[in-house]
Amino acid sequence: MQHIISILIENESGALSRVAGLFSARGYNIESLTVAPTEDSSLSRMTLVTTGSDEIIEQITKQLNKLVDVVKLMDLTEGAHIEREMMLIKVRASDATMREEIKRLVDIFRGRIIDVTDVAYTIELTGTGEKNDAFIEALNEGSIVETVRSGVSGIARGSRSLHI
Amino acid sequence: MELNGAEILIHFLKDEGVEYVFGYPGGAVLFIYDELYKQDDVKHILVRHEQGATHAADGYARSTGKPGVVLVTSGPGATNAVTGIATAYMDSIPMVIITGQVHTWAIGSDAFQEVDAVGITRPCVKHNFLVKDVKDLAATLKKAFYVATTGRPGPVVVDIPKDITVDKTDYTYPDSVDMRSYNPVVKGNARQIRRAVDILLGAKRPMIYTGGGVVLSDGSKELVDFTRHMGFPITQTLMGLGSYPSTDRQFVGMLGMHGTYEANMAMHHCDALIAIGARFDDRVVGKIEHFCPDAKIIHIDIDPASISKSVKVDVPIVGSVPVVLDEMMELIKQSDSKPDLEALGDWWTQIDEWRGMDCLRYDKDSKLIKPQAVLEALWNITNGDAFVTSDVGQHQMWAAQFYKFDKPRRWINSGGLGTMGFGLPAAMGAQLAHPDDTVCCVTGEASIQMCIQELSTCKQFDLPIKIINLNNRYMGMVRQWQEFFYEKRYSHSYLEALPDFVKLAESYGHVGIRIENPADIEGALKEAMSLKDRLVFLDFITDQTENVYPMIAQGKGHHEMHLSSERELA
Repeated sequence: MQHIISILIENESGALSRVAGLFSARGYNIESLTVAPTEDSSLSRMTLVTTGSDEIIEQITKQLNKLVDVVKLMDLTEGAHIEREMMLIKVRASDATMREEIKRLVDIFRGRIIDVTDVAYTIELTGTGEKNDAFIEALNEGSIVETVRSGVSGIARGSRSLHI
Repeated sequence: MELNGAEILIHFLKDEGVEYVFGYPGGAVLFIYDELYKQDDVKHILVRHEQGATHAADGYARSTGKPGVVLVTSGPGATNAVTGIATAYMDSIPMVIITGQVHTWAIGSDAFQEVDAVGITRPCVKHNFLVKDVKDLAATLKKAFYVATTGRPGPVVVDIPKDITVDKTDYTYPDSVDMRSYNPVVKGNARQIRRAVDILLGAKRPMIYTGGGVVLSDGSKELVDFTRHMGFPITQTLMGLGSYPSTDRQFVGMLGMHGTYEANMAMHHCDALIAIGARFDDRVVGKIEHFCPDAKIIHIDIDPASISKSVKVDVPIVGSVPVVLDEMMELIKQSDSKPDLEALGDWWTQIDEWRGMDCLRYDKDSKLIKPQAVLEALWNITNGDAFVTSDVGQHQMWAAQFYKFDKPRRWINSGGLGTMGFGLPAAMGAQLAHPDDTVCCVTGEASIQMCIQELSTCKQFDLPIKIINLNNRYMGMVRQWQEFFYEKRYSHSYLEALPDFVKLAESYGHVGIRIENPADIEGALKEAMSLKDRLVFLDFITDQTENVYPMIAQGKGHHEMHLSSERELA
């Protein structure tokens, strides 16, 4: 099953490699990983998406907690949570029909066209990973020039939170 | 007071109470060595290879409980230390390794003797640091010692660029350390301890299985109290030996691949198992599906990640072994229920029947020297009271089986990583820490050659180690596996062109004795022990065909043991 693990980690050089190294050394799977500093610049927040059996996820959280730089972590999937991923996608849009079609699709998915040239549109789309997947599928095969996905960020709903 | 980084380091080590630093100089650490030169408080032991430095610091740490300290230069100094760091990591040994680094402005430029020490050591340290500002140096060193020695101990690397050793700042010894991200648990969860006590008091066939965690946490006294009070049989892992007296009746021997028949059978048939400071290693557990099939399992460990990592347990207790055992004893003494003595009596009858198989039997009338006989004689002659280090292979297993350790921290070997070359340098560390005790290194002719250069260090520092070389002209354990599992194709396990170890020892300034006749074993050992101030290299020419028994083949259960080639079980 897919799990989204949020991690507060000391914002120090090498912290990311400790997490990434743990996953490769122990053969765990990383589907996506996002990192950025928090409002407290001494802390970084990571959102890590992984899959595995309950036993493996238990080991992953224990091993992550064991890293000296990890301050706190939370498995978001254990409770109600929100996940978002931002995607930038450049598609071919060279004639009016194509442009119209893409515009309509972007509206349906509540995305935005953020760059327009003679030959291409660049679209910004935010949502769950699944929504972004669905948008890619809805586009005409062959019309995609390039795709950039930020990886999933997540946060717990309500009063449940990850802070120190 | 304002000091440069090198001065701060030496002041800090002194203030931290560090007695010995094991090291080897080089370009990046020359300022540090210059400061070492100017003082006498911190003694430096010059090794002949950085691997030797790490193993020596490791042997010092294992035999004392204090952190071992290593100082090596950048680049090859750091990479040579990696094997020793990984060895300490696998066995959770507290060590602080200071590696020199190129100047901060040269980092990343492929400078001379530059290597990413933090990156290379990351997977085999508990934590590591790169010091980028001299102002952080003292606090970082304090953190390094704190992390290395608390919780589940382990090695910590501090990488110090050369310019940091020159830069100046004010120094005061940091008394305390504050790390919001690191707070190891000590006390166990009261509810889980209560559940454990209920299981133990209700057990009909209980079993205690303990590991290196008891030694590391100095929990031997609490373990002995608990075990005696309960009257349960106890088995220990390779790393746990000595934390319960091996000569005691309740001790049923080591368990696992080369454990005793009685220990493994008792594991297989027990109905309640308490694992204390042990990590269910694959050499101990065998096939997980066959592991203690009828038992409720309780596991005490300081490291939550060790619990239910391989074997799923029923009662997890995270905490320090002596603290949890004390809490448990309190509850047991208060409890109205008592151990079921009748069931326990039947259980002991069964165990004694297994014990009657005499699984460690070997041919005592052999005309060739049996390695087991050497170890039995060593145990007798040293009154079971020596510090014994070992390398890795058959001799290591025989030492574990035949040298009956009654005290913790006396048995020093590389259990997790299985590092050949560990024994001699580890013995140096143990001997420095215990100058008046007998320190023996049990080794083989293959292992000893992996760090043989340290014979020179032993000469320089007058370390009167007794080397027990069980010389069978084979990499014995490799040969044994090839005999059993590779149809006797002895691929590259035979050592041709061995040195004359007697002459080799003599050329390093030591005493060498070759023993080829079983009748001479005792005399030679006695002679070696009488040479109190000399390192003696005893080269025992042993039976080449001897195998380590009993044995559980990899992937088999505890009940599927081989006793010997002549004595197969039904």
